Amino acid sequence: MDLSQYLEIFIDETKEHLQTLNDQVLIMEQDPENVDTVNEIFRAAHSLKGMAGTMGFKRMQRLTHDLENVFSEIRNGKMSVTPDIVDIVFKCLDALEGYLTNIQDSADEGTEDNEEIIELLNAILSGGVKQPEIPEDSEEQTEAAKEVSAPAPAEGEDKRKFLQLPLADFEVNAMKEAIGNGLNVYGVTVYIQETCILKAARAFLVFKGIESVGEIIKSEPSVQDIEDEKFDFDFSIFIISEKPAEQVQKVIANVSEIKEVVLEPYAPNESTETVTSVVSDQQETKQETPVTESTKTEDAKTAAPEKKKASDTKKKPVVNRSVRVDIEKLDDLMNLVSELIIAKNGLVSASDNEAGSQTQQFNEQIEYLERITTNLHESVMKVRMVPIESVVNRFPRMIRDLAKKLNKEMELIMTGEETELDRTVIDEIGDPLMHMLRNAADHGLESTLDRIKLGKPQVGTIRLNAYQDGNNVTIEVSDDGAGINVEKVKASAIKKGTITEEQAEMMSDKEAIDLLFQPAFSTAEKVSDVSGRGVGLDVVKSKIEGLGGDVEVNTVLGEGTTFIVRLPLTLAIIQALMVEVADEKYAIPLNSIVTVEDIPASDVKLVQNKEVINLRGMVIPLVRLNQVLDIEKDEEEESENLVAVIVKKGDKQAGLVIDNLIGQQEIVIKPLGKYIYIHKMFSGATILGDGEVALIIDANTLV
Amino acid sequence: MAELENSVETKQYIVAKLGCEQYGIDIAYVDNIVRMQKLTRVPKTQSYFLGVINLRGEIIPVMSMRRKLEMDKEEITNMTRIIIIKPEQNALLGLLVDEVREVVTLSDEDVEKVSYDNGKEDANFFVTGVGKYKDTLISIVNINEIISD
Repeated sequence: MDLSQYLEIFIDETKEHLQTLNDQVLIMEQDPENVDTVNEIFRAAHSLKGMAGTMGFKRMQRLTHDLENVFSEIRNGKMSVTPDIVDIVFKCLDALEGYLTNIQDSADEGTEDNEEIIELLNAILSGGVKQPEIPEDSEEQTEAAKEVSAPAPAEGEDKRKFLQLPLADFEVNAMKEAIGNGLNVYGVTVYIQETCILKAARAFLVFKGIESVGEIIKSEPSVQDIEDEKFDFDFSIFIISEKPAEQVQKVIANVSEIKEVVLEPYAPNESTETVTSVVSDQQETKQETPVTESTKTEDAKTAAPEKKKASDTKKKPVVNRSVRVDIEKLDDLMNLVSELIIAKNGLVSASDNEAGSQTQQFNEQIEYLERITTNLHESVMKVRMVPIESVVNRFPRMIRDLAKKLNKEMELIMTGEETELDRTVIDEIGDPLMHMLRNAADHGLESTLDRIKLGKPQVGTIRLNAYQDGNNVTIEVSDDGAGINVEKVKASAIKKGTITEEQAEMMSDKEAIDLLFQPAFSTAEKVSDVSGRGVGLDVVKSKIEGLGGDVEVNTVLGEGTTFIVRLPLTLAIIQALMVEVADEKYAIPLNSIVTVEDIPASDVKLVQNKEVINLRGMVIPLVRLNQVLDIEKDEEEESENLVAVIVKKGDKQAGLVIDNLIGQQEIVIKPLGKYIYIHKMFSGATILGDGEVALIIDANTLV
Repeated sequence: MAELENSVETKQYIVAKLGCEQYGIDIAYVDNIVRMQKLTRVPKTQSYFLGVINLRGEIIPVMSMRRKLEMDKEEITNMTRIIIIKPEQNALLGLLVDEVREVVTLSDEDVEKVSYDNGKEDANFFVTGVGKYKDTLISIVNINEIISD
């Protein structure tokens, strides 16, 4: 049978394990004595190896195997954690990620053997181990340790559930025959972790593994029941195999999410036919298993106490009740909700038109429908929300590497990782954030020496703070470094010919800083490996704007810089203000609107030949939408009052002059089709209740 | 059934009228034909796009065939139709024509490939050949050229 159906699970789980490894190794670097951490790492590495093995990714398995050995030594206290080891481990994790990327792209691990890393790992092993030991041994040991893990050794007997299996005559005969032919008969009870979601899949992998080394003669519950997931967290089987016990056990234990494998050679007694007589066999079978037993007890002395503690922590009381769903299915669901909202809007506008004929009950039902669709929309949105943690959790590792590379001391403080964003936004936001962090580390923070000279704390601080703010999510990346030197920016821009000297003089600090977002602009005099190739901030900006968000910079010379990224919570359905310009309808997203003002025509002043108004002490430029939208007006006759929708972008504002307000509405953003050119002042279109199409004005582009 | 035995390749075309000229659009591209409906103008777009329409919840840009072929401006009448074509998966486009006449079946033999036509060289790219049907001529529209700028 082919394993491709498990590939997705494999990829997801591998990602999780690699993330755990990265996180935990970082902790280990800080606190080498932490036993829990080492155990956690060991467990993740072990699962990874098992999974890679099952899926047939041999290179990946080999690398993880060696990695696991190193951790096994550390865990057994035979080796201590040194920075060198951590470096090599990280290299190894990167290589594993490389395999994963290959697998994701082509379902194949690629051909890179990573011999170098394996050699390094082995060098650690041979250097650090006091008692010479070949890797295969430690492997066995760890397997044995795993076996002892959850139960106290004394409970071992109860764990052998297979002893209670009733055997039919023909089964006993088959066993006897097999033993007569020099084959081994094993009784096995497999325990699956309580947190496992796809028990049947795990069991299937166990069966598949066993089939490669032997033959299953009996299983309880039946294979059919196991496939239908009609079992608790354990199942028992009898196997005939020519392979030794350790090998069979290894095959089973390699399947991930298997908590425990109890395997012993089994000899059917002459009189074995009933349950009771099998039980009396226990003593005998126990004597026949000196190998497993001895390793068990030997290891139990050293590893069991720690291991037990660790397994306790892993047995989380709250079982995660979740389902993995393909994002495409969620997209479909979202589309359906969108359709529903359009239909609802249609109903609402139809009911408005026939004002006289409707009953109160009809109105109530319409309102009820509105409430339901809004709630439905919110629920679907929530389903699509993912905490930004899934993107930012790789950053501590990145900052650590940067610190080493740049030879600066720095720490990353992250807050608000639990803030949630739409999945589509999450997928896109990783790279821009990474760029900004690299920028902060490379350009923002001064070198350690300079910091000492300046009397600043030796260790530079980079903060990443995320929080929800109304219909937006704000992510701030700040550093306590040198800040942006505006003069330097201007000088560099003049040198590059982006601006003239006169322009530079006229420029406000804010405008100068905006230059940083121009393509191919970098103020770093030295181009480093980390950043400063001039591709960066402009990419950041365009990416974030593409997501409907914006970036802002605050900087204080000598004290640091803050990049503020604002992103919309969702992309598909928004609240908007419907307006009329001449006889055309347009939607303006509510989240960019500050207020709507009635302005006497006499209040409009001209500054540098541009129309502005003074609104509560702020001078705000006016934008005549009919001009921007190329609407020809017959008579240029001015009415006494103008209606202006005041929109904002960061702290800049502008007033969009419109003819009529229609009202607030929930709208579904739709693309305008592939072949038509869309000016960037439109972010899409929407279908109104009466079936008409209205364009959505992206107010950001008009401010 | 009889057609299957015929070794000559045949194709079906929708015949649309622009003024007094007849244009044939390969039926394989055609998704739908709808009557004229309310168009929403899209400011600052290509001049030959009249706007967008809502077709069963999907927004589809509508192009004036006349403007694309640099003919006189169209006049909306009762006969005006929008031919919805699907040049690619998940991408629809409406072509506004004066009138849709019929569906004709032309064999390759009936279609004469042209490299250039008398006079109207600009519009020529949009035509791959001229089909003879009964005693009229039908210009076969090059969809790929229509959808490119």
